[in-house]
Amino acid sequence: MLPAALDAMTRQLAVVGNPSSLHRTGREARRAVEESREKIARALGARPSEVVFTSGGTESDNLAVKGTFWARRDADPARVRLLVGATEHHAVLDCVDFLVAHEGAKVTWLECTPEGFVEPVTVRRAIEQDPGSVALVSVMWANNEVGTVQDVRALAAVAHEFDVPFHTDAVQAAGHVPVDFAASGADLMSVTAHKLGGPIGVGALVVRRDATLVPLTHGGGQERQVRSGTLDAPAIVGFATALTAAVDTMEVETARLVALRDAIVERAMQVAPDVRPTGFWEPGDSTRRLPGNAHLLVPGCDGDSLLYLLDAAGVACSTGSACQAGVPQPSHVLLAMGVSESDARGALRLTLGHTSTEADVEAFLAALPAALERARRAREATS
Amino acid sequence: MRVVAAMSGGVDSAVAAARMLDAGHEVVGVHLALSQSAATLRESARGCCTIEDAGDARRVADVLGIPFYVWDMAERFRRDVVEDFRAEYAAGRTPNPCLRCNERIKFAALLDKALALGFDAVATGHYARVVEVPDASDASGRSGAGGGVRRELHRAVDAAKDQSYVLGVLDADQLARSFFPLGDTTKPEIRAEAAERGFYVANKPDSHDICFIADGDTRGWLTRELGEAPGEIVDADGTVVGQHRGAFAYTVGQRRGLALGRPAADGQPRYVVEVRPETNQVVVGTADLLGVNAMTGQHARWCGPAPEGVMRVGAQVRAHGEEYPATAWADGDHVEMRLDERIRGVAPGQSVVLYEGTRVVGSATIAASRLERDPVA
Repeated sequence: MLPAALDAMTRQLAVVGNPSSLHRTGREARRAVEESREKIARALGARPSEVVFTSGGTESDNLAVKGTFWARRDADPARVRLLVGATEHHAVLDCVDFLVAHEGAKVTWLECTPEGFVEPVTVRRAIEQDPGSVALVSVMWANNEVGTVQDVRALAAVAHEFDVPFHTDAVQAAGHVPVDFAASGADLMSVTAHKLGGPIGVGALVVRRDATLVPLTHGGGQERQVRSGTLDAPAIVGFATALTAAVDTMEVETARLVALRDAIVERAMQVAPDVRPTGFWEPGDSTRRLPGNAHLLVPGCDGDSLLYLLDAAGVACSTGSACQAGVPQPSHVLLAMGVSESDARGALRLTLGHTSTEADVEAFLAALPAALERARRAREATS
Repeated sequence: MRVVAAMSGGVDSAVAAARMLDAGHEVVGVHLALSQSAATLRESARGCCTIEDAGDARRVADVLGIPFYVWDMAERFRRDVVEDFRAEYAAGRTPNPCLRCNERIKFAALLDKALALGFDAVATGHYARVVEVPDASDASGRSGAGGGVRRELHRAVDAAKDQSYVLGVLDADQLARSFFPLGDTTKPEIRAEAAERGFYVANKPDSHDICFIADGDTRGWLTRELGEAPGEIVDADGTVVGQHRGAFAYTVGQRRGLALGRPAADGQPRYVVEVRPETNQVVVGTADLLGVNAMTGQHARWCGPAPEGVMRVGAQVRAHGEEYPATAWADGDHVEMRLDERIRGVAPGQSVVLYEGTRVVGSATIAASRLERDPVA
């Protein structure tokens, strides 16, 4: 967590007060929440009234996908089709599965290019199959595994041609690349605090005023009646502090992270010529790939072997993203991008953030050759 | 030493990992995922690879403060253990999948992967003892954990829990890289130790069944896997006395579930005495036809230097079964055994493990058994 966010949150924790109460401490808590809402709105190119606080990205995605599906179907029973990117996070994918299994939803998966981009023409063709049946289009702003940054504005524009609402999961994007909700044209946008230096357990769904949502939680009617529940003022203050700091330092931080990221990718390829980056990668670019995302395919290795060997060498990284029962599964993102199952098992993701340094990169590159060699032998031993 | 602690999620492997850590080793916990798909993991109610078990193992690793990984060996397990199990039954034999798993997965694929990753050894929660004895000759030139000494595999002190039988497939190289930290302790003591260490798996029930047959119904599993194959049940002179739905579901020595139409002439209970996959026949007979005193073993594996010539041994033909005095002659991976007394219910495919005192000499798969009238030559 960003020290400034931790500090702001801790100070707020010492102040007891329910933002919904009318007494003085309640008013003070409410003031802290509303100031935070304004800061978050400003940082994301939204209006304060468009910011609905939630418990994080998963809840925001659930509210966006299920809430919109139900509202759109209530208005017209023919609208049951969801158009969803094949590389979405499970917080979106599993909502879709739920709606298909229990609510009669239908789904059209939006295919992506080998670099992970959903092209506007793909959305157009999917809608044109039957425009009147579409409840929602959902495509993530930036991918959590391979870092591909979508052209959200172009995708939302296609949906709007057919008067279909557009949701984007911007959990990985907010605070890392410029995110302007209004300019993007999206109707709904999910964000979370802990991916940008804030606390775990708070996030927001940014919702246009004219978007209709059926709430998932019912109760006190907080957050425009869309998300009932007492607001967590300290977490919200931490969220706003972290997001403001991330946006303020973005230009400098982006340049720094891109340099580290490119060093990892370029030098890893020198160390092992068959290593290659996934998704879109162009040295210096920060608009089509997240600055802090280095994701490599290491043929002939199992990701979990690499993870163990690098962890033992003091380098923290991850493999795919999904674990089922703790068993590493080939990533659905890589498979959707056309990577073979065997190669997908050798995926390695290094996420760079405000604490990452050149020394971290050197430590990784120093540990890589021995780790590769051992991981390859380990796969041979078990094949 | 850098050691992989194989952690099933049960109490035994939890304490084994803790003891390795106490002994000063660098320990990493590894849970083997052996089930074919994650979905099966979720549905499986018992056995040793449910999602709960993986979670229990992770919880113990967290208490110990050691790194923990799940290694997916489902494909290897399917090929080397489940397929073998199915093929053996289809061929009219009665395999022990736990021995196959130890031979081909736990002390092969798991151990090999661990060694490739830079570990020195694997520790498990099996009840057995490794005893190091000075090895004057040391002709093997091995540089494993037992360099300079020879490692012997012995029965555990807790006779009721002793698992040396299922470890009888380990060869000297595998043994040199294996630790069984529980062999000197009884199961109640292990449970008490687990509780003292704060492991909430301390009172978790033992697993008994074949882990990949979640409901414990081996015959039902075989019928699903191999399909129904109705055929005849015949007596020793070939008279048809009943029908069956698949010879593969019968095991030599079995009495229950025969559903014979008419009683035997002599009124004696009848047992399966032979399974003939080539004619899909199950042969039944009276108990005296089950008595054997000679066995031929193949695929022998020795837990130390291969024995030469005639040796006096104790032979055990099933897990937690009795040990019978016997004389054995080994010739490469082939071994002939002559038992001092007749025993009943020896099925081809079963494993025989040979002991010298408490020491495991080795094991073999029983290819044939018979009654010899002649005295031992």
